[in-house]
Amino acid sequence: MAVTAQEPVTRRSAFQRPTAETGFWSWITTVDHKRIGIMYWVTAFFFFLVGGIEALLIRVQLSRPDNTLLSADAYNQIFTMHGLTMIFFALMPLGAAFFNYLLPLQIGARDVAFPRLNAFSYWVFLAAGIFIYSGVLLGGLPDGGWFNYAPLNIIGPDPTATEAAGQVAVAAANHTSRMVFYSVGLQIAGIASLASSVNFIVTILNMRAPGMTLMRLPIFTWATFVTSFLMLFAMPVIGVALWQLMFDVRFGTNFFNPAAGGDPILWQHMFWLFGHPEVYILILPAFGIVSEVLPVFARKPLFGYSAMVFSMIAIAFLGWGVWAHHMFAAGLGPVANAAFGLSTMFIAVPTGVKIFNWLGTLWGGRIRLTTPLLFGVGLVAMFTIGGLSGVTHSIVPSDYQQTDTYYVVAHFHYVMFGGSIFGLFAGTYYWFPKVTGRLLDDRLGKLHFWLMLIGFNVTFGPMHLLGMDGMPRRIYTYADGMGWNLWNLVETIGAFIIATSIAVFIANLVITRRRGEPAGDDPWDARTVEWMTTSPPPHYNFAEVPQISARDELWHRKYVGGANKPPVRVPAGASPDHDPAEAAVDDQAAPAHGPGHTGHADIHMPSPSYYPAVAAAGMPIAGWGVYAGGPTQVVLLALGGLLILSGLFGWVLEPSAEEHV
Amino acid sequence: MAAQPEADMSAPLPGTDYEHSTSLGLSNNKLGMWTFIGSECLFFGALISTYLIYVGRTNEGPTPAAIYDVPFTSVSTFILLMSSLGMVLALAAIQAGEMRKFRTWILATGLMGATFLAGQFYEFTVFAAEQFNLTTSPFSSSFFVLTGFHGLHVALGILMLLAMWTASMMGRLPQQLHTTVENIGLYWHFVDIVWIIIFTVVYLIPAATTAPAAG
Repeated sequence: MAVTAQEPVTRRSAFQRPTAETGFWSWITTVDHKRIGIMYWVTAFFFFLVGGIEALLIRVQLSRPDNTLLSADAYNQIFTMHGLTMIFFALMPLGAAFFNYLLPLQIGARDVAFPRLNAFSYWVFLAAGIFIYSGVLLGGLPDGGWFNYAPLNIIGPDPTATEAAGQVAVAAANHTSRMVFYSVGLQIAGIASLASSVNFIVTILNMRAPGMTLMRLPIFTWATFVTSFLMLFAMPVIGVALWQLMFDVRFGTNFFNPAAGGDPILWQHMFWLFGHPEVYILILPAFGIVSEVLPVFARKPLFGYSAMVFSMIAIAFLGWGVWAHHMFAAGLGPVANAAFGLSTMFIAVPTGVKIFNWLGTLWGGRIRLTTPLLFGVGLVAMFTIGGLSGVTHSIVPSDYQQTDTYYVVAHFHYVMFGGSIFGLFAGTYYWFPKVTGRLLDDRLGKLHFWLMLIGFNVTFGPMHLLGMDGMPRRIYTYADGMGWNLWNLVETIGAFIIATSIAVFIANLVITRRRGEPAGDDPWDARTVEWMTTSPPPHYNFAEVPQISARDELWHRKYVGGANKPPVRVPAGASPDHDPAEAAVDDQAAPAHGPGHTGHADIHMPSPSYYPAVAAAGMPIAGWGVYAGGPTQVVLLALGGLLILSGLFGWVLEPSAEEHV
Repeated sequence: MAAQPEADMSAPLPGTDYEHSTSLGLSNNKLGMWTFIGSECLFFGALISTYLIYVGRTNEGPTPAAIYDVPFTSVSTFILLMSSLGMVLALAAIQAGEMRKFRTWILATGLMGATFLAGQFYEFTVFAAEQFNLTTSPFSSSFFVLTGFHGLHVALGILMLLAMWTASMMGRLPQQLHTTVENIGLYWHFVDIVWIIIFTVVYLIPAATTAPAAG
């Protein structure tokens, strides 16, 4: 790239501007949204494997009654970290990986609005993951469940019941430090989400290619937009609750401690006011992916595009009015319970609109049964089951029976795994050729899909039955003779089938990397503009920013015809008939597909920077300061604060892009 | 106005990221600041809600009417609000190219913010002396965390103002970068507006309901 290859013109900051284009430092200092997207995906997939191993440990422990593989304490930490890891360090960042990589490509931009803020988001997310897992070495991991209810999070488990007298103080100190890792770790992760939500919102509003009106946005970009608003407004709420928790456990305030007049229900309200929008933050990216995948492989436009857009907005809006359905058993009273039960039923309506639109997209299409399509259809089917069991929770008396049982576990795994994970794998198989230039093997992909579908249902289907049978959540073991033995064993077998399917996926990655089939620019005959550029795209995405004149822009460039006659492919090189301006654009864009990329010295791209990583590195250091006591605390807090501030100052004082000579 | 040394003109602060014509016609930085402020509304909303829930839970400790010194806080509130006027004048000055005037007002704005912070610090020490601290009661916890986070926002704003003043003194904040000043101004005004709400909810309403009797 002509821009970065040049020596910086002037030296304005403490460090020389980084110039590496390959190797370790080029990844540390990159501000390219595509590289950041890849780093997000790889890191999040790593955490996904960690969370998966934790899930396997849970399942092995529960495979038979009175098992002693894990102690109660270890089990509490592992199931808590399974939830936190999957939600905050696997699903959210996997969604962010797709946002990062695809958003500028889908709207015809060269990068996001704030490239360095984007890098900052990634490094802060990584720092949060490292920080929260560093608890392994420092007194243990969080152990109060992912929602970490008060007053359990303040006073912890009863140490006198289980520990020898001399260890009470140790147990109390461990509890405090675990809650510090929970509150500060999630706080740091929240900063990453907040930064990226601001970035994505501004990018979508401000960086669209000419002609890309809001109602011509690819549907995945709409999902990004709506999800970003949810993150923007949900993160500060959990942020306040986490600060309050941190002050409670570390500095003796009285927010959630009932013994000192605090209100434990306040934590539940704050947590779920964030927590319910959070579940839409997890599912909407997958909805967006599936809404891209189904039309391509059904060879039809998305059925009811505007209904899809407005149902997403409706879900996001209603998502703020249903949080107390997580708290029906907390005793809010019949009026509140009835109101939140009703709003929960309402929110199923826009979700149902989406399901029917996906079915309408597939109906009558010329379906190609590829791996991405299978995963997409898997989402539609599995999420529908999870959605239906979710509606049963909106009926308050029924929910009293289901609260705190495995029925709830079954429900949210059907929506989070059957929904989000299936959608994210659909997206991985679909966009992998764009990212790497090679197609993932389709036969292994189908094996992955079927193993995962079977394993998933074998694991989580029986949980409905166990829940109805009264098996409570979050117990580390259960007695023989409860009638739970068989299904628990079946679930454990299912979990290992899922693990096998993931192993198949990893094998597919390795094989593809060695000898995958070259993909070409547009292997799926797709509809959106990210498939117009090369695979992988050049640093600057598009040599010439595309002029957008239709919703499925690329499709209309490739095919003529319409409602009344079957589409006819425009021969390569011929100009599309509906807009002469596009032909001109196509002609200009042509050189980018050839070997001569060096001709684009006039494209001005942002330069790499050290500062986002520097600022992010300060955060866990300050966090360890909260954990530590005495003079170490002061030193670490000062050091962390200094790193953050100097990173931010260096960032502001260096220009986003170096000038040309 | 001070003439910009020509050597420094080649090295300006990067105000707006590499200039694009944007889809909305609004600069990315300004749109980003508004978006961030939207998020901050929820942040302070949650803190203020907590305070309102806990205002009556005083655990035998001082009550709102007994502890607040409304005249004192009114003065520091007035100073903070005047700093918003200073910010407006600073922005007007840099938009008109009057760099000396700009530096005067930006420094005055920062000083008014610092005066407010000093008032808050003094208030906290007085409270601590009256056995009203972070751990006294849910009321005290929510009071200190709410006003403390507001103070932190003011402190960050002062840092940004001083950084702009320093950059301008070094000739690295040319007149074209008035949009940067405008964005930091948006933040500053937001922090002031939040204080108007906090002052009303936290100080004035308890004083209006109980102060005459308490004397």
